Amino acid sequence: MIKTLLRQVGQYRRDALLAPLFAALEVLMEVLLPFVTAAIIDRGIQAGDMAQVYRYGALMLVLAMLSLCFGVLAGRFSARASAGFACNLRDAMYCSVQAFSFSNIDKFSTAGVVTRMTTDVTNLQNAFQMILRIAVRAPLMLVCSMFLCFFINVCLSLVFLAAIVVLAAALAAIMLRTGRIFEQVFRRYDGLNASVQENVSAIRVVKAFVREEHEDEKFRRAADRLYRLFVKAEGLLALNSPVMMLVVYGSILTLSWLGAHFIVAGGLTTGQLTSLLSYVMSVLMSLMMLSMVFVMITMSAASARRIAEVIDEQPDLAQPARPDRNIPNGTIDFDHVSFSYRHGSGEKTLHDITLHIRSGETVGIVGATGSGKSSLVNLISRLYDADTGRVCVGGKDVSGYDLDILRSQVAVVLQNNVLFTGTILDNLRWGKADATEAECQAACRAACADEFIRRMPQGYHTRIERGGANVSGGQKQRLCIARALLKQSTDPG
Amino acid sequence: MSAYVHTPAQPQRRTAGMTATLGRVLGYMFTRYKAACLAVAACILGSSLASVQGVLFTQSLIDDYITPMVQSGSADFTALAAALARVACLYAAGILCAWGYNRIMVNVSQGTMRDLRIQLFAHMESLPIAYFDTHAHGDIMSVYTNDVDTLRQLISQSLPQLLNSAVTIITSLVSMILLDLPLTAITVAMIVLMLLVTTRVAGRSSRYFACQQADLGAVNGYIEEMMDGQKVVKVFCREEESIRDFRALNERLRDSAEKANTFSNITMPLNANLGNISYVLCAVVGAALALNGWGGLTLGTLVSFLTLNKNGTQPVSQVSQQTNSIVMAMAGAKRIFELLDQQPEADAGYVTLVNARRNADGTLAECGERTGLWAWKHPHGDGTVTYTPLAGEITFSDVDFGYTPEKTVLHHISLHAAPGQKIAFVGSTGAGKTTITNLINRFYDIADGKIRYDGININKIKKADLRRSLGIVLQDTHLFTGTVMENIRYGRLDASDDECLAAARLAGADSFIRRLPDGYDTLLTGDGANLSQGQRQLLAIARAAVADPPVLILDEATSSIDTRTEAIVQQGMDALMTGRTSFVIAHRLSTVQNADCILVLEQGRVIEQGTHEELIARKGRYWQLYTGGSVTA
Repeated sequence: MIKTLLRQVGQYRRDALLAPLFAALEVLMEVLLPFVTAAIIDRGIQAGDMAQVYRYGALMLVLAMLSLCFGVLAGRFSARASAGFACNLRDAMYCSVQAFSFSNIDKFSTAGVVTRMTTDVTNLQNAFQMILRIAVRAPLMLVCSMFLCFFINVCLSLVFLAAIVVLAAALAAIMLRTGRIFEQVFRRYDGLNASVQENVSAIRVVKAFVREEHEDEKFRRAADRLYRLFVKAEGLLALNSPVMMLVVYGSILTLSWLGAHFIVAGGLTTGQLTSLLSYVMSVLMSLMMLSMVFVMITMSAASARRIAEVIDEQPDLAQPARPDRNIPNGTIDFDHVSFSYRHGSGEKTLHDITLHIRSGETVGIVGATGSGKSSLVNLISRLYDADTGRVCVGGKDVSGYDLDILRSQVAVVLQNNVLFTGTILDNLRWGKADATEAECQAACRAACADEFIRRMPQGYHTRIERGGANVSGGQKQRLCIARALLKQSTDPG
Repeated sequence: MSAYVHTPAQPQRRTAGMTATLGRVLGYMFTRYKAACLAVAACILGSSLASVQGVLFTQSLIDDYITPMVQSGSADFTALAAALARVACLYAAGILCAWGYNRIMVNVSQGTMRDLRIQLFAHMESLPIAYFDTHAHGDIMSVYTNDVDTLRQLISQSLPQLLNSAVTIITSLVSMILLDLPLTAITVAMIVLMLLVTTRVAGRSSRYFACQQADLGAVNGYIEEMMDGQKVVKVFCREEESIRDFRALNERLRDSAEKANTFSNITMPLNANLGNISYVLCAVVGAALALNGWGGLTLGTLVSFLTLNKNGTQPVSQVSQQTNSIVMAMAGAKRIFELLDQQPEADAGYVTLVNARRNADGTLAECGERTGLWAWKHPHGDGTVTYTPLAGEITFSDVDFGYTPEKTVLHHISLHAAPGQKIAFVGSTGAGKTTITNLINRFYDIADGKIRYDGININKIKKADLRRSLGIVLQDTHLFTGTVMENIRYGRLDASDDECLAAARLAGADSFIRRLPDGYDTLLTGDGANLSQGQRQLLAIARAAVADPPVLILDEATSSIDTRTEAIVQQGMDALMTGRTSFVIAHRLSTVQNADCILVLEQGRVIEQGTHEELIARKGRYWQLYTGGSVTA
């Protein structure tokens, strides 16, 4: 899964590498700053040497400027890398979806694909940016600060080590316990949202049976249970910052006490003590940040999995290895064809169909709703594959043809008429991309659509709203027929 | 494509609306948790003060303890020990305060979220059907998921952080003023500069974030449209074009996301280093002051001041980090309040449905227990009350209706259904069959004309009572998460197990339910996803049967169910209809032949009316449909 996702960094690899590099340089500058601060105090102010104050002040300014530049660059590159990564993820998913067969499409719902491509990708984008910026920053800050502390005073630095161990242990304990509760919380939360969803779609039932209060009561109880779980989990998390403060304050007090002894004994300067005190903060802050990164990664893991699922989904209608691009004629043969929408479910839609249609024949298929008429037709243009038996067009098995060729030679007017956002002409040209306006009009006349189109305010340039919301069902049907007619006229044979 | 191009929102109006929304959120939280909110504020103050006093202590640590000891060469640490103990106590108090506000905030934020969710849900349930028909279900859901979530982050993280930052800035400032005035002036100037820079950068960032949201919406809309029409895309081999168009939108989103994130990433290093510059300035000026002995600045004071300077500038960058989360939460809050501000379903009805008993003289009297006999209780203006027995007679007189006032979809509908009669509606899709049934139970209110139920204008009947007297089996069956038994009992909550079993047997659902792994206790999830379409329909019939209503509305399923199940469903429906006034929306003519009256609808008008034989003899539209074999053609 991680490999699938990392591949999507693609052309943004350079940014993805530069971001942590600059973040590291920024950290180096930041870590050096308290060191210089100590020098200002010790060599400048303590020694009464104004020249030194200026010198170290200037040095500090330079460091701050560098740190600013590096920080801005790190921010820029990480934004570029993460936005690019998200863009590539969406692109990969979209391309993958476009290659899906009808049965792949049936498996993921529209809403499911949309959330995966929006919310989940956004989650991953944020996590990726966080990793680029902080996953390098925090550990490096920790190591550098520790190193400089040991450089200043080995003995006092041991206080840090102790503090780090205590804090890390406490944070880990809290995270572990809350992590388990949060799993429950998220399950409950999903359940609660599922029940809202249920109510939204079944609102007619709720209202028809006058069950509003009943549903309110049910929801109230569920919301209350969720509340108690959330409070339990976050109540534990609320210990995070007091524990952090406890360790920080403890270290400050210990440092002050021991530091005073060292200074009096002459083993430490006041400036060095101030630097040590400010390192306490940065060391423990980076630890806190690390724990945040950890939480972020666990939270985005589910999103990552859902995204990888779409990218890795194999279209179950494979293009043949050596596709046949030539369809000799229009004969259609079904040879003992059986078909079901869910393989192995036992609910067969078509049972043992055998039929032969000669080229040029007009054949009507009739039957009650659900008897399998559309399913039968879908097999001809290989929108689905038959479970058993053979479907042949032009005397050759459909699975041997190039899919695009096969589908462009078999014009289909689907029962489910879908028009897309765009002008009427745009929609008609789905059938033939380079159709002239005259060709489109001819097709519409044949489909009895020309008349109503002309009555529209902008004629053929009238905009169709999403899903064809601004035309009636009958008009939609006629437009779809015209679209299919245009497609037919492109056929060579 | 131009449908997806957005124009950035006007920043000024947005800010004004945002402040109002923020005020409403705070008001909502504060009225519910006044004491807790005050406690949180007090605790934040306490913990900030504790941390400031700790910083001030570094001053006395060096000036009052270490320096004198170094100078005198004594090694008496008792005074320092006592001072450290005092500081430790204050620290302890600070830690307690920190824990206190974090812990209380959990209850406040989660409690507010719970109240908000419950209120949202209850309000949603009270909205008219029109709301659900005119709003995408995905949008309604997103209020519960995305919007409530961003608001939760605001309340539980951003608000305490902001308060904390504000307190820290103020306490640091006060302490700085106490320590040294000239240096404070420098620091304040730098903070003002930081705030200016932050607002500029954050302003641009939030503008790009708004663009990003809009671009995300465009990508979202495009994916949805293409997914819905995916099969058409495939049939026309338009995959490449669809990918090309998608890439253009995707690239736009990438661009705005990159800009938005770049600006928000820049704020932190910018502020941190402006803070560093402020530090250097104070150090240099302070050193000059201390070395020249101006203004009585001591070394210890300078060291403390420098620490305070760092402490005071840090929260400024933290505040800037929160701006985007506030902008996003406010957009979410706006949608939440939009839903809460929707007008609930109006109900001016005063006629109620009551249990009744027949007196010896033949008049009806109200009674508390369930008698099986129901009556409409009709209070009149003069204080008298009349009781009309519930019979199930429905009359439409010259009814007009339109979903929007501009477009009438039903014209002059008149019909009469005597108690126990079966009325069937036939006609093509969109002819208005379902619309008529939506009027009987007042999912929608009519524009003109009258509908009477047992002689009473249905506008006068309380909606809950009207709907309770009507049973409905909808075309799309919706079931609820729960056991099979619970789903049947949905029809009448106080029905006994035996009554539910009887209803299931009547509907013909009993045999398949018994074959389920846990029989009647089988858990149904995801709208009954583990059942077939026919089985779900049978459960819906059983659910209506257990309610035992005098009037039924049945919308036949058009969805594909196999012929055997269809026959069972038909038997179930027939069994349910015996002895009740029924309205049937028929999709197959075979099921309506025994109806007492068949209404043929076309474009919102009744064009033919009569029994099967009468209509066949007339050789009109019905005869065409009948001989053509299909209703929906």
